Amino acid sequence: MQFVAEVGAGAERSVAYVGGLAQLFARSLRLLFVSPLKRSRMMERALHQAMAAGVGALPITSLITFFVGVIIALQGAYQLQHLGAIQLVASLVSISITRELGPLVTAIVVIGRSGSAFAAEIGTMRVTEELDALETMALDPVAFLVVPKFLAMAVMMPCLAIWADFMGVLGGCLFGVVSGNFTLGSYVIATRDAMVMHDLTSGIVKALVFGLIITAVGCQEGFSTGAGAEEVGRSTTSAVVISILLVILIDLVFTTLFYLARGTM
Amino acid sequence: MRASIAARDLRVSYGTREVLHGLNFEVAHGETVVVIGGSGSGKSTLLRTLVGLEKPSSGAVHVKGVDITKASAREMDAIRKKIGLAFQGGALIGSLSVGENIALPLLEHTNLESTTIEVMVRIKLEQVGLSGYENYMPAELSGGMRKRAAFARALAMDPEILFFDEPSAGLDPITAAGIDELILDLKKAYSMTIVVVTHELASAFLIADRIILLDRGNIEAMGPVQEVRESRQPRVRQFLDRVADTTQDDDVDHLRRYTEGIR
Repeated sequence: MQFVAEVGAGAERSVAYVGGLAQLFARSLRLLFVSPLKRSRMMERALHQAMAAGVGALPITSLITFFVGVIIALQGAYQLQHLGAIQLVASLVSISITRELGPLVTAIVVIGRSGSAFAAEIGTMRVTEELDALETMALDPVAFLVVPKFLAMAVMMPCLAIWADFMGVLGGCLFGVVSGNFTLGSYVIATRDAMVMHDLTSGIVKALVFGLIITAVGCQEGFSTGAGAEEVGRSTTSAVVISILLVILIDLVFTTLFYLARGTM
Repeated sequence: MRASIAARDLRVSYGTREVLHGLNFEVAHGETVVVIGGSGSGKSTLLRTLVGLEKPSSGAVHVKGVDITKASAREMDAIRKKIGLAFQGGALIGSLSVGENIALPLLEHTNLESTTIEVMVRIKLEQVGLSGYENYMPAELSGGMRKRAAFARALAMDPEILFFDEPSAGLDPITAAGIDELILDLKKAYSMTIVVVTHELASAFLIADRIILLDRGNIEAMGPVQEVRESRQPRVRQFLDRVADTTQDDDVDHLRRYTEGIR
């Protein structure tokens, strides 16, 4: 009985948490359109965030997705050569990268770089009373801190995912050209023939949603930071763990939906 | 005299624990009121409530005639543009330089030219004795300098009411005296309404027009400096004469505290 009660309480907490994220997003969306703060200054802060969270993540995202592309090609070729279908490596890489791994790997890199940074930044501001200071200066902390982050991530995550797709395909191409009997031209043509627009757009939609989740969790964890430096560490860790869990969960939901709707697309 | 701040039966609770038990007081326009009290007396909670950072469980707080317990977000923003609060630790935005911190409310709430704002930042920094420090980051300043930079930011919008939270706490006597001087200068120069929360008696007697002594969430004494100083109330005397609490519970109660809840 005790166990059932604990599971029930845990489920209730989880639903309340997701509700809190939705509330933060809805409030940010409202403040984006009816902000008491100056729009030009908000855009400046969003640009600053976009540079830090998006442009700053380019090198590491490129490197990781390039390697992932090579790994998928290697693993795929290992199986496909038994079937005498090694020429399918290009389509395997392009589809798995654009539909799944490009956005997912990007999300995990961004969680590590920016989700944790959002929680640490806002958490530290909570501990040092900077959030209170913003409020007493009539600067709503959500409008001032969260809205620019949502804006930046909504733009940068899809851009990063597209770049990650390109780098992943490039990784697969390296394998294809070096040991898969492809030329650069034939690999590009094989990739182009294998992909449909929907592969790319489904990945981009996922990346956009991942970006919003990472921002909401990072900021929510920052705001819920208690007193003391230890609490900042706790909220940063929670931001990373919860973001990864939610991103994978949402990915599962999206992939299932896309799979069920495959006949109609 | 017109009241800038008025609290009526103000009660504030954290969960089930009530920390302010029905306070009633007024702060007149242009008056400097110092709230003194020991640790845990509720003075910081009172300050946070007066600026709208804590919601009272009951009662009313009128700031410039508006009941902030019932004010809308828009009304609250309008009130906040008329007040300045210097936090105990400064609470300067760590990612912005000192100058950017002071310019922040001006950039967000006014349409002044950036060059005008730059001049204003320099004036405010000069007022608090920090000329030339606009490009320093808050982490590069000493505790006393950070407090003064926080004063400059609180002054940025030329507020009608200024709040100070423990302005001289943790500072050496010379820097603390400098801060007191600064508050006196502001008082003289701008005839602002000033509310200071402190536990430094010397500082309180120097800068206050009126003193409110808080004890365990109640107003123990309230009045002009001389009146509070000469109070015969035992609890007030104990605080002013720095006498330690000697109330001891009997031996049985004492033992019970150690053993309560243990099976």
